[in-house]
Amino acid sequence: MVEAESRAVAEEPGEEAIYRVTDLVKLFPVKAGFMGSLFGREQFVHAVDGVSFDIKHGEILGVVGESGCGKTTTGRLLVRLETPTGGSMLFRGEDVATLRGDELKEFRRRVQMIFQDPYESLNPRFTVFQTVAEPLIVHNVGETFAEREEMVAKALESAELRPAEEFMTRYPHELSGGQRQRVAIARALVLRPEFVVADEPVSMLDVSIRAGIMNLMLRLRDEYDIPFMFISHDVSVTRYMSHRIAVMYLGQVVELAPSEEVIKNPMHPYTEALLSAVPVPDPGAKHGRVEIKGDLPSPINVPSGCAFHPRCPYRRDVCKEVRPALREVAPGHYVQCHFAGEIKTRKPDDLVLEEGVCAVCGNLVAKGTKQLTCNCPKIYHEVCAGQAGSCPVCKKAF
Amino acid sequence: MRTTDPLLKVENLKVYFKILKGTVYAVDDVTFNLDRGQTMGLVGESGCGKTTTAYAITRLLPSNGRVVGGQIVFDGKIIVRADLPTELDEVLTKPDWANRLGGVLLREEREFAVFQAGGGQILEAEEEMEDEFAFYTELKGILAERGAVPDDEVRERLQRVTRQHLRGFGAGRRRRRREKEIEERIAAIRWSKVSMIFQSAMNAFNPVYRVGDQIEEALVTHYPDMTKEEARQRVLQLFDLVGIDRSRADGYPHEFSGGMRQRSMIAMALACNPQLLMADEPTTALDVIMQDRILAEIRDLQRELNIAMMIITHDISVVAEVGEKIGVMYAGKLVEYGNIREVFEKPANPYTIGLLSAFPSIKGPRRQLRSIPGSPPDLANPPPGCRFHPRCQFAQEVCKYVEPPFVQVAPDHGSLCHFAKEIYEGTLRGS
Repeated sequence: MVEAESRAVAEEPGEEAIYRVTDLVKLFPVKAGFMGSLFGREQFVHAVDGVSFDIKHGEILGVVGESGCGKTTTGRLLVRLETPTGGSMLFRGEDVATLRGDELKEFRRRVQMIFQDPYESLNPRFTVFQTVAEPLIVHNVGETFAEREEMVAKALESAELRPAEEFMTRYPHELSGGQRQRVAIARALVLRPEFVVADEPVSMLDVSIRAGIMNLMLRLRDEYDIPFMFISHDVSVTRYMSHRIAVMYLGQVVELAPSEEVIKNPMHPYTEALLSAVPVPDPGAKHGRVEIKGDLPSPINVPSGCAFHPRCPYRRDVCKEVRPALREVAPGHYVQCHFAGEIKTRKPDDLVLEEGVCAVCGNLVAKGTKQLTCNCPKIYHEVCAGQAGSCPVCKKAF
Repeated sequence: MRTTDPLLKVENLKVYFKILKGTVYAVDDVTFNLDRGQTMGLVGESGCGKTTTAYAITRLLPSNGRVVGGQIVFDGKIIVRADLPTELDEVLTKPDWANRLGGVLLREEREFAVFQAGGGQILEAEEEMEDEFAFYTELKGILAERGAVPDDEVRERLQRVTRQHLRGFGAGRRRRRREKEIEERIAAIRWSKVSMIFQSAMNAFNPVYRVGDQIEEALVTHYPDMTKEEARQRVLQLFDLVGIDRSRADGYPHEFSGGMRQRSMIAMALACNPQLLMADEPTTALDVIMQDRILAEIRDLQRELNIAMMIITHDISVVAEVGEKIGVMYAGKLVEYGNIREVFEKPANPYTIGLLSAFPSIKGPRRQLRSIPGSPPDLANPPPGCRFHPRCQFAQEVCKYVEPPFVQVAPDHGSLCHFAKEIYEGTLRGS
């Protein structure tokens, strides 16, 4: 396997990076059994496989990907809940990858994490005050009880739990899902962290409450100027939340660019497919689909060369041999693909198809009607496509 | 005549749960139709009663759940109905009981007429009907005195008669006979005509049996004449249909990926050629790419086999992908119902508007999301008047006290709101 040329990201000029990650690797050993371990056939899950990016001051970096792509592990590495197998992590210029003991504890005071499930991440036997005050006690912040109480009240107020005094004495079971997540946010903020990782903070919440939490996090970022890493499987939510988006696939970052760039102009074939699969809350916008074959390969045996090559519709011989580097294809737009910029990926906005002539029946396909597209590229009425069964031009089955 | 009828008619359905501290009004007055081959999406947040509605149709309600009002008609046959005394008991507790009672009795009258004409559409056995008829005449007698006697006293007397019928001599026997009748009717259509894809397809299969064998079992149960060989052939056919390799029929559930398990679940649901397929959150646990494939699969199969579908989900974008009709539920009420384009383009209910503006999209420019303030009510103790009023941006004085009517704003579009017309036409501005 040819090593990625990962300097590209680190050398970016301009704004100061608060967190710089280079070639980060995390392997989890798989139990090989007695005989296996005797003969040295140890296997690893490549959870994070050479990831490089940086997080700038006051920025929200969104990380999207399917389950098992390593986005959560990356988040846990950044707050050092896991120890990386390799690579370097520079937090404000200081290497934090190998911190231990007191230094690690001090580092953990400066970075915080918000977890996915507010029903499980809060101790049911702690009141809200105890929950939020616990980090203060652990890190020995605040001299007197009154001082701590004031800090907790402030954190609760900034998480929009008002009046704070009323919430302090409550237990998690007395709170709704949205309120619990606000408590989790208050707990993360009470230490005034310099960096926060939010791992799917809204995916367990109901739609009507979700927007409130997202707006709260955006407001807090503006107020406290804390950089966030926002991890989510939902592209629409990530687009709303982040300045830049990193798309992950099998432990690697395949595309990294400003949010609107990723959404409007995806350059990696995987991003293209991912975006075309996202359902849109608009029945008029029936979009064409970019099919990719097969299922996600196992992260134990990552495919050679480009990890996406077995499923890629644009693959060529070189993809099987050489692992592409994450390179800057357009200003600020990094893509891990040999042919980025050469292949013409389709943008989600073009997928709300324009008018055209149906390749099956020859009649006009009106804008916004039910239609399908083929990679070749031709368009059809959805009904015609259903009858024909395969594309009449390139003979590909639907 | 029969074929132009809707396949499924849910009329004023009410499902309540008895719990220790009272009653949970899980589904309250829900009315909708579903035609043959049509797809409808039922959307709402968790706990809004969407799954309970589906469970009422297949009668899979937990033992403390009871249908206390309304009826469900499938293919011209009543499959679920609250009996008259139960329904009355409920109606009489409402402040506008007189109007409601009129409606219930009118329906009952129509049914008696059909029964006397020899129509077979009534749920009850013959003697049951006589019982109910006697009860009905007794009620009529009391009601006739209305005007001469104060309303409150009429109500009290009605209540007494109803209670006596519900708890008095022979009530248990009547109820058991009725339950048996209903169970028989449901058993005749469950899975063979109405089937269901359950919420957690991941766990819906028994882990110690082969997937193919489980589908075979469903077939043999519903077609006792079917031989093992025939069932096997049908299973392989079904695997082809949903796009799983035939050789996997001998696999165990843990050997399947999430998407494959979901497909096998669909295969099982299609085994007996149902006319109605209900999918409860069919794609929630799946990744986007797999979700997109399964939705496409569902859409193709539905078109190919002309099955009516009801998709229950919390994600309005999933409904936008596959639905023709949409029903929006909030706190046990169907708050908006109609053609999907209509509802998305011109929503006539404040809750739907809130839901639509809380949803991010990857299409078009990035827009500010608005959350709905507050959280959904406790259904054991719903707010009076309109259940949405504490969170509604348009709420006015009347919303706090009066239950809103279901307003038909367009031929194929209705909304449960006092100001549905104004919102639909855009003449009302929220705060």
